Amino acid sequence: MDARGAVIVGAGECGARAAFALREEGYAGPTTLIGEETHLPYERPPLSKEGMASDASGLKLIADAAHFADAGIRLLLGSKVIAIDRAAKTVSFRSGSTIPYEMMLLATGARPRRLPLAEASGHCLYLRTQDEANAIASRFRQGAHVVIVGGGFIGLELAAAASRHGCTVSLLEAAPRLLARAVPPEIAEVIGNVHRSNGVDIRLGVSIAGFQDMDRGVEVHLAEGAPLRADFCIIGIGAVPNTELAQEAGLAVDNGIRVDGTLRTDDPYIFAAGDCCSFPLSIYGGRRVRLETWRNAQEQGTLAAKNMAGGNIEHAAVPWFWSDQYDRTLQIAGLPDEGTQTVRRDLADGAFLLFHLAGDGRLVAASGIGIGNAIARDIRLAEMLVARRAVPAAGSLASAAVKLKTLLAA
Amino acid sequence: MSEWVEACAADDVEEEDVIRFDHAGRTFAIYRSPDDEYFATDGLCTHEKVHLADGLVMDDIIECPKHNGRFNYKTGAAKGAPVCVNLRTYPVKLEAGMVMIQLD
Ligand SMILES: Cc1cc2nc3c(=O)[nH]c(=O)nc-3n(C[C@H](O)[C@H](O)[C@H](O)COP(=O)(O)OP(=O)(O)OC[C@H]3O[C@@H](n4cnc5c(N)ncnc54)[C@H](O)[C@@H]3O)c2cc1C
Ligand code: FES
Repeated sequence: MDARGAVIVGAGECGARAAFALREEGYAGPTTLIGEETHLPYERPPLSKEGMASDASGLKLIADAAHFADAGIRLLLGSKVIAIDRAAKTVSFRSGSTIPYEMMLLATGARPRRLPLAEASGHCLYLRTQDEANAIASRFRQGAHVVIVGGGFIGLELAAAASRHGCTVSLLEAAPRLLARAVPPEIAEVIGNVHRSNGVDIRLGVSIAGFQDMDRGVEVHLAEGAPLRADFCIIGIGAVPNTELAQEAGLAVDNGIRVDGTLRTDDPYIFAAGDCCSFPLSIYGGRRVRLETWRNAQEQGTLAAKNMAGGNIEHAAVPWFWSDQYDRTLQIAGLPDEGTQTVRRDLADGAFLLFHLAGDGRLVAASGIGIGNAIARDIRLAEMLVARRAVPAAGSLASAAVKLKTLLAA
Repeated sequence: MSEWVEACAADDVEEEDVIRFDHAGRTFAIYRSPDDEYFATDGLCTHEKVHLADGLVMDDIIECPKHNGRFNYKTGAAKGAPVCVNLRTYPVKLEAGMVMIQLD
């Protein structure tokens, strides 16, 4: 049997970063990174961005095979862990083989939420992996009609990509507005307008009655009004965390694998991080959240590695997210729903920032949208203010003449 | 053949800040450090081709506006995920109130 070492289940953003971070922390034991996908670990965000179909083979790798080899990280790709034996401290595969661990990280990520009504259709696609992105990109062509179900980030980014590839796009959202879960209405409105001006037919408050496959393509039946004909549909109605492995091993699951501030599960030898875990967010007094963001996957992978290597460090980062649609970039630092009032700052060329303040005046989040990276620097500075629990004057936040850097120095 | 090129006036860049400089089809970033020294690097992030001049300068670090990748702008060193390829740096001198950078 192999020597006991660190085993990381899930070779995505979080798992791959954790593997390298273990080495950076000086962990010298055997380190095995296990991934169900056959590709080397790659970045997911480009999969839904506009460039997606221009270069389907252009997988953006987190690191190449030589980097993993140089760091002494054993990669087991195309291998799914099917069970954890916590008493024996091993993980097992369908083949019956097992790997022993001293410490384990669960970085199993999330998968698209399925739409039961669409299960019978052969023309409804989902997006999480490179292979799924290729399947979608190969159907993008001039004049194709695409129906996208879901007005969240994946649906909207794909709507932008599809329309840039000359497809006719309809986007159906059940809620009365886009991005209802995580984005302030002012910003969602800007995004909706950009899509409409690019010819995307956005329909809000729509409920779907069913999907019917035709000789070519599919018909989407709505609760009200005429059915929509499409060459294919993309379903983007959110993601569910991959918690089954943890649950079957008896670990607590609470909208994600439940961990404490150091990312430990209730088993001291097992950690969880990234999209699959729910954790207490210290900047909001321990509010339990599960994040589905790229930077969080990196930060938590790194933090878990530090703690696996003997540390005892609490998570303290501010959530951060971006999305690109057409020539716009949106960024959000913190969770805007923590705020009770909003202060707006207008910048050049239609860009703007929203500062979200708690009842006591504390800055708890900031969001913004603009062309290119117009808002990036200010969002980053706002993030630092949030991390410091700053209470900036609303007047200073509203005025573009006041540099945020000066508030930070205050 | 190396040549010195005039990039900008010294006061075009604020302290602890960066501006973009385009020359002969290439793009550069010109920095002024908190201790009032000038530096120059390639203008685009090595992760995706994003203009670093939209990013934030903190001490001797430039942080990319797109995904917060960090570089030491004095040495060009990439400071960890998501950036792993270093930035190229260029020699800089001040002459008659102008920032000059040396290109190859
Ligand atoms: C299309 C798309 C676009 C995105 N765009 C953005 C964006 O613009 N901005 C942003 O901030 N975030 C974005 N994200 C979110 C970001 O990519 C995720 O937050 C990040 O990938 C999470 O990393 P992770 O390692 O936790 O999970 P994942 O990247 O999902 O990796 C988990 C891996 O574990 C594997 N796995 C699961 N179970 C097992 C098992 N039992 N055995 C072996 N392997 C297993 C999976 O196959 C998967 O490869 C996007 C996500 C997607 C899908
Ligand atoms: S483009 Fe600079 S960090 Fe990604």
